[in-house]
Amino acid sequence: MDEITPEKLAQNAPLLAFGLGRSYGDSCLNDGGALMDMRQLDRVLSFDAKNGTIVCEAGVSLGEILLMTVPQGWFLPVTPGTKVVTLGGAIANDVHGKNHHLEGTIGCHIGQLELVRSTGELVRCSLEEHPELFAATIGGMGLTGIIRRASLRLKKISSAQILMETVPFNTFEDFVRLSSDEEGKSWEYTVGWIDCLSGRQTRGLFLRGNHAADGALNPHSEKSGLRVPFNLPGMTLNPLTIRAFNTIYYAAGRRKSGKTVSHYDPFFYPLDKVGNWNRIYGKNGMTQYQCVVPESEAVAFQGILERIAQTGQGSFLGVIKKFGHIKSPGMMSFPRPGLTLALDFPFRDGVTLKLFEELDRVVLAAGGALYPAKDPRMSPAMFRASYPRLDEFRRWIDPALSSSFWRRVSRDAK
Amino acid sequence: MTGTLVIIGATSKIASEVGRVAARKKRKLVLVGRNKDRLDAVAGDLSARGAQQVSVIVGAVEVVGQHADLWQKIEEAAGEISEVLIAYGSLSNQALSETDTGYMLHEVEVNFNSPASLMNYAAAYFENRAKKAGGARQSGVLAVITSVAGDRARRSNFTYGAAKGALALFAQGMRARLSSSGIRVLTIKPGPVATPMTAAMPGADRMASPQMVAETIYRAMTSGRAEVIYVPGYWRLIMRVIREIPESIGKKLKF
Repeated sequence: MDEITPEKLAQNAPLLAFGLGRSYGDSCLNDGGALMDMRQLDRVLSFDAKNGTIVCEAGVSLGEILLMTVPQGWFLPVTPGTKVVTLGGAIANDVHGKNHHLEGTIGCHIGQLELVRSTGELVRCSLEEHPELFAATIGGMGLTGIIRRASLRLKKISSAQILMETVPFNTFEDFVRLSSDEEGKSWEYTVGWIDCLSGRQTRGLFLRGNHAADGALNPHSEKSGLRVPFNLPGMTLNPLTIRAFNTIYYAAGRRKSGKTVSHYDPFFYPLDKVGNWNRIYGKNGMTQYQCVVPESEAVAFQGILERIAQTGQGSFLGVIKKFGHIKSPGMMSFPRPGLTLALDFPFRDGVTLKLFEELDRVVLAAGGALYPAKDPRMSPAMFRASYPRLDEFRRWIDPALSSSFWRRVSRDAK
Repeated sequence: MTGTLVIIGATSKIASEVGRVAARKKRKLVLVGRNKDRLDAVAGDLSARGAQQVSVIVGAVEVVGQHADLWQKIEEAAGEISEVLIAYGSLSNQALSETDTGYMLHEVEVNFNSPASLMNYAAAYFENRAKKAGGARQSGVLAVITSVAGDRARRSNFTYGAAKGALALFAQGMRARLSSSGIRVLTIKPGPVATPMTAAMPGADRMASPQMVAETIYRAMTSGRAEVIYVPGYWRLIMRVIREIPESIGKKLKF
C-alpha cells in the first residue's frame, strides 16, 4: 500500500481501516464492505528521544513503539491491557488504561493527526487545527477518515520495572476506598480484579503500581510464551470451573499480597503472553460486557455485580476501575467519570444476550454507557442514549467509510 | 569491529524488515533504491528504530550501465562494508512475458543481469580488500535473495523462475570465487511471503510473515556459516520433492 488517496477511499466504499483486530465486537468489521490492511503502514517518521515525541504511521503497534522507546527512557502515556493494537486503532477507540485517573485517555496525548478523507485531500488536525474533526476522530471508531499518521507524547520513565502492590478486598466499600482520589494520587496505575461470582461480598484483588525510580530500561521480549493450540471444548468454562478458577486466583493473590517488583510486560499485558488465549472459550467464543456508570450510582453498579453473580455466567478477569475526571478531546469517547466494569463471558447465545439486555436497563437507568470497542450487540437506542454528542459526530463521518458496528447502531436513525 | 550493512533494493518489504532487525542492533546502514521518497521514508523509520547511521543512495539499480557509478557511491557512503544484501526482484507476469518478448527480456534483466552485475562489483570490492589486507583474516557476506521458484521451472511462472534460478547458480559460482578471500556468499530462497509483491496471489493470508523471514535472513547473514537457506526452512523439503518430479509428469503440471 503506497499511498492512501481520497479516490481509493471512494472507490472501495464502504471501507473500514483494519489494524490488529483486537476489538471484541464488530467495530473492526465491515460485513459486505472492504477492509484496508493498516499494518502495511508501519513506518516510524521520527522519534525525538529528548522531548519524548514519536510520530508514526497508524499501523505501528503499541508493542513496537515500546521496543523503540523504552531503551531511551520513554513509555506509552496511556496503555490498554494489550500491546497488540495499532496506534490508529488506539486513537479510533480512544483507549484507556490503569492510569485513567491521572492521565485520561490516549486521546489526551495525541499531538497531531493526519486523516485521508474521501471528500478531499489530506487533513492535518489537532486541538488547534480543525479541532472539531480532531475531536470527532478521537474515539471516532475509524469513521471520520483513514488515520494515516499521528504524533504521540510519551511519558518519561527511569526504569522498565513497576513497583506494585496487591491489596485483597472483601467488600465493595473497600474497593471504593482503595480507588478514592486521595489514595489514587500516590499510585499512577490502579485496577481491581473481582471475583464476579462472589455476589454481594464483592471480594477481589486491588492492583496498584508506579514506575520504579531507577533500574534497567529493558523492553519486553518479543517471544510469545504459551500458545493455546486449538479451540478447547465449549464446556471447558462452566460455572463450576469458573468458580474454581476464581477461588484459586483470589487465594493466590491473597498469598502474594503486598509489594513486589514486576517488569511492565506482565504488569500491563498478562494475556499477551498466551497466544490465542481466546481459544479456551471454545468454538462459540467469548464476548465482553464493559460499562461505565457515574459514581453516584454505586448502588446500580452493585446491582449489576449481584445480577451477574446470580446467573453464574461471568468468567475470570472481571475488571473494575474508577475513571477520573480528565476529559478527552474525543466527542465519542467512552470513559467518563464513574466506575467501569469489564467482564468476559463465554458466549451462550440467548442466555448471554438476555442477561446483557437486563444489564443494559440498569446501566441506562443509571446514566451509564457501553464501550463500542467491546460491544457486539447493543441496541441503537442504547447507543443514542449513552453518547449525547452523536448527532454532532454524525456530521464528521466520511461518506465512504462504515463498519458493521456503525450500521447496526444507526439502523433506525432518522 | 562490525562495518556497514549495504541493502540494495532497500524499500522492498523483506529488505526494509531486515533493515529493522539491523536497526535494533544499532547498525550502520546504506540503503540503495530507485525512489528517493520511499528510500527517505525507510531511512527515517530505521533511524527512529535505533540504526546508528543511515545513508541513502538513489539510483536505477536495474540499469546495468549505471552500476560502476552506483557502486562507487555505495563504497563512499559505506566505509567498511560487512555485508551486502541484494534484495530486489520483480514478480513477472508469465502470460505477458509469453506474448511480449521485450517485457520478458526486461524481467530477466531485472531479476538476473542486474543483480549478477552488482554481485560482480561487490565481489571485486571484497577481493581488493583481501588483497590489501595481505593475507590477514577477512570476513564479509555477500547475500542475494533468489526464490524457491528458481529451483524448478513451472508452467505458471518460469520467466521469473528461470531468472531466479540463474541467479542462484551465479551465486554458487561466486561462492567458489570468493571462498579464498574469506567471503561467504549466502543464497536466500524465500517461499511465498506476505508482501505487496504477492498481495494479489491466492492464499496471501497463509504466507510467511515478512518479519519472521527478515529475522531469519539477518541471523543467517550475521552468524553461522550457512550458504543456502530456505525461508521458512520447510521449503527445502518441499522443493526437493518438486525437483524430483520427472519431466514427463512435470511438463503436464499447471501450477
